[in-house]
Amino acid sequence: MANLRDHMGRPIVAVTGIGVVTSLGVGKADNWAALTSGKSGIHPITRFPVDHLNTRISGMVDFLPSSSKGASPLTYELAETAAQEAVSEAGLDSGDFGGPLFLASPPVELDWADRFSLYNSDKKESGSERLLRVARGLKELGIFETTQFGSIADRLADRFGTRGLPITLSTACASGATAIQLGVEAIRRGECDKALSIGADGSATAEALIRFSLLSALSTHNDIPEKASKPFSKDRDGFVLAEGSGALVLESLEAALARGATILGIMRGCGERADDFHRTRSKPDGSPAIAAVRAALADAGLSEDEIDYVNAHGTSTPENDKMEHLSLSTVFGERIGSMPISSNKSMIGHTLSAAGAVEAAFSLMTMRESVIPPTINYDNPDPAIVLDVVPNKKRNAGVGTVLSNSFGFGGQNTCLVMAREPV
Amino acid sequence: MSSPRDVVITGIGLVSSLGEGPDGHWQKLTRPGVEPVLDATRFAPYTIHPLPEIDWNLQIAKRGDQRQMETWQRLGTYVAGLALDDAGIKGNDELCATMDMVVAAGGGERDEAVDSAILAASESRNDRDVLLNEKLTTELRPTLFLAQLSNLLAGNISIVHKVTGSSRTFMGEEGAGVSAVETAAARIRSGQSTHVLVGGAFQTEHSDMLLGYELAGYLHRGPWRPVWQRQGAEGGGVVTGSGGAFLVLEQREHAQSRGRKIYAELGPVVSGRARRRRGELNADIAALLKQAALPAGELLTISGASGAHAATAAEKVALDANPALAVRAFSTLTGHMKEAQFPFAVALAALAVDRKAPYPVFDATVEQPFEGAPSSVLATAIGYHQFEGLGLIKAA
Repeated sequence: MANLRDHMGRPIVAVTGIGVVTSLGVGKADNWAALTSGKSGIHPITRFPVDHLNTRISGMVDFLPSSSKGASPLTYELAETAAQEAVSEAGLDSGDFGGPLFLASPPVELDWADRFSLYNSDKKESGSERLLRVARGLKELGIFETTQFGSIADRLADRFGTRGLPITLSTACASGATAIQLGVEAIRRGECDKALSIGADGSATAEALIRFSLLSALSTHNDIPEKASKPFSKDRDGFVLAEGSGALVLESLEAALARGATILGIMRGCGERADDFHRTRSKPDGSPAIAAVRAALADAGLSEDEIDYVNAHGTSTPENDKMEHLSLSTVFGERIGSMPISSNKSMIGHTLSAAGAVEAAFSLMTMRESVIPPTINYDNPDPAIVLDVVPNKKRNAGVGTVLSNSFGFGGQNTCLVMAREPV
Repeated sequence: MSSPRDVVITGIGLVSSLGEGPDGHWQKLTRPGVEPVLDATRFAPYTIHPLPEIDWNLQIAKRGDQRQMETWQRLGTYVAGLALDDAGIKGNDELCATMDMVVAAGGGERDEAVDSAILAASESRNDRDVLLNEKLTTELRPTLFLAQLSNLLAGNISIVHKVTGSSRTFMGEEGAGVSAVETAAARIRSGQSTHVLVGGAFQTEHSDMLLGYELAGYLHRGPWRPVWQRQGAEGGGVVTGSGGAFLVLEQREHAQSRGRKIYAELGPVVSGRARRRRGELNADIAALLKQAALPAGELLTISGASGAHAATAAEKVALDANPALAVRAFSTLTGHMKEAQFPFAVALAALAVDRKAPYPVFDATVEQPFEGAPSSVLATAIGYHQFEGLGLIKAA
């Protein structure tokens, strides 16, 4: 009989459903097959013209019905698709979930396609005056809802029958992990016995790409797209913008066992720490990221020696990978050189608001399948970063515990610790 | 019965068109017949409540930090600083480093000049996607993106005020403000947090911020009227205002151990998501009122009603059904501040409890007088489009 309470007396939180969509495909089976064979989902951009752009590749999800319909419709479809897979796997009623919803999704804005069509539907006045006048004459709510920050979660709440006011959140590139953390905390506080946590991001618009590009954050290795994302390599030159979604059904272990659900893994601990150094750069000593990792370990009740594998944030930017190495080597000491640490982003790119959830999904699968997905494109190791990145080929290995890192703009650092089995 | 893990309010930061700070707002709002500050010309046909004069240096010492933000983030960072100051936490490295933060945020300001130029050019070009690439790659200021990102209000609060325990940003209009307060309170009650900074800001003086309402025709047009008197008037009923509200919520024991003044206790906070198209809003608000465990007797109620016709009518029906509620809709005087609406309502409620005095009616034709010292005050935020919440604020 497993313990139902953790080392701090809180309900243990189990994962009973997992869903995922990335540029590699829809669903766990396709994603896992691609991920473990070292296949990249990065490809040339076809959704919009690439004239004038320095970066012309991405990990966009181009194969869904909403892929060409704008950021809000695509983010909704990504979230719905992943959540449907997770709720089905959990064996729960997908129209009457009955627990709260936590959605990590990108900030919304009026799409340029809509801006253009509204503006050019009239000739009077100009600029914002014209837009506002046209706006107030609209007869339906479709465009309006794409500009409301709560609307995607509202639709998902209707679709899945989640309980209460859904929370939509952003902690930049840590958002997906924060959505999971909020679900874990709600269960631990006894507010619910299950929660649906989703990270979804379908916001790879031209403007998003240009914004990151102007901050010099993106890889410009356009010639061979699948080689562009190369975390921990010496010639890494930025991340690859991508889309995707990950969804987890979280349940108290007690409730999950009581209904005979299959336990896919355990959410052992969550840790976070904000950085006060700079809007896009980390404190040079890495102390906030270090504190976030340590907080997650403490929350999980595990020591540094008890982590088998790290699912890295590993964005492939010069800054992140250097800082992540510094933080991990500070926490794990000499052991860091022999611990497997791989970056899913080498294959799927950076799915931004979804990344923490997508990578938690893959971390759980890593434990279940006893296979560690590789860091691909590791042809030119950075000599300053000595890590076992599981280079280029998957590795068969028993993995009982995983640390998954998420670090984001605005000083956001969130780490999750997951385990294969209850204690 | 008080408990060491009660949630108490020890810091309040406020800015609206009426001025800044709890004292400034108390003085204005308790003066009978106070007039709203309005600007009916800049965004005509819309009226807005503009920001007051603010000396940003008072809360954001570094010019470099100020330059990295647009007005929305500056405003939020400023109001957060007011709350931290008020709670005696600002500048206390240890308290800031262990403080959690939940910010309710929308997005920041776009570059209106760039957008307008692109739109103007789009009239004579069919290759609009190429036009977009051409203009955005050359005309966007690189760091503007950071001033637009929702979570960078919290990011700037971390940088400027050194609040680094944790940082979460909730999005979703008024509902984000409700969830932020609700989650912060739940963290404190469960012992996860000892002190939390929670709140939001809204900067309405930008056409995109108006567009966010007007794509569904939510804005009031024509002569200004109080919130309760906009049904049937031209437009959708919402008059917006720039402003913000941050609260320092603290575990009672933690506040007492450092000898801080307590404004009030934050009692139950409840939230809902009525399926409004099915007409559930009236019943949902009534259910929330039941859940909030209202005390017997007359109850001062600080309403965040937006003026939006359907939501405001539903709120009025639900509140009128309980004759003990003496309602004050503060948006009559401040305008609607979106994500900041619920934190603002909670702050005004806490002030009335602390000062042991009610607010006079803000609209004498609709609101009922309240006599005596309120020992509990209800705060509401019924979203103009979706999501709703209530909180009960009690004498400490």
